[in-house]
Amino acid sequence: MDLKLDHYTENDTEIVVVEGEIDVYTAPRLRELLIDLVNKGNFHLVVNMEKVEFLDSTGLGVLVGGLKRVRAHDGTLDLVCTQERILKIFRITGLTKVFGIYESVQDAIDNRKSK
Amino acid sequence: MAIVQLTISALPAHVRTARLMATAVARRAGIAESTLDEVRLAVGEACSRAVEAHRAHCPEQPIQLELIDSAGPPPGGSRPGSVTDRVNGSGSGRFEVVVSDRAPAKEPTDTALLDGLTGDSHAYLGVHTPAGGVSGLSPDVGLAVILGLADEVAIEPGDIGTVVRMSWPLGGPDPEDGNSIV
Repeated sequence: MDLKLDHYTENDTEIVVVEGEIDVYTAPRLRELLIDLVNKGNFHLVVNMEKVEFLDSTGLGVLVGGLKRVRAHDGTLDLVCTQERILKIFRITGLTKVFGIYESVQDAIDNRKSK
Repeated sequence: MAIVQLTISALPAHVRTARLMATAVARRAGIAESTLDEVRLAVGEACSRAVEAHRAHCPEQPIQLELIDSAGPPPGGSRPGSVTDRVNGSGSGRFEVVVSDRAPAKEPTDTALLDGLTGDSHAYLGVHTPAGGVSGLSPDVGLAVILGLADEVAIEPGDIGTVVRMSWPLGGPDPEDGNSIV
């Protein structure tokens, strides 16, 4: 399926909800959304990937790009993902060390607030 | 041996088409359900890499895929095992995907690849975004993902493009048991 994007604010954090496939065709839309959110002053992002059906290295690159942008403002970009098929690509590329990956949006928010 | 050939224009939208086709052929060939995700992702990576390379160098040229089920019925009555040996030298009963592009090949730098994988992962944050690239990550990351997913991989850069060959065993033990990726 195609990519569906939504976002909302919760507890001073912008939650980005991603649904569908993130690949070389759809990733530019996610990149544009992340850039737009940062440009509007949202520096604490949580990307909820629970409904992502496919993610490749192009999508990883977009997430890394988003992380670079928020870090430039001392911000954070955390992920919510429990799907093994998606987590596998983070492990292969070593990006589990780069992103905070949580089981729920609340866990991601609580972890950031506790720091 | 049974072969499905697919030629796509260098358009990002067609990468999904290639993934779907490869997954369908792999399923029909008898690839374990748990391995289908790996086939889908590896084929997507190979095609994404080829599309990006073509868009930079030769957008009008097509990209070719071959999906080879070596356990399928032999064309012309030849023995099934003999063809597989010729294709990848890895014995009978494999599903092989060959992605051939026509973009000028840049020799993969093994050390750079390994740096990205085994070194400090924060190196990703310093990766230069290539002009026109979608991800901002080096194409070598896509190749690294393929190396992590496929059972056997050969990357053959040549004068007229790069050929990425990847294959998985048919009907073997579930990779989750003995070849899991950590």
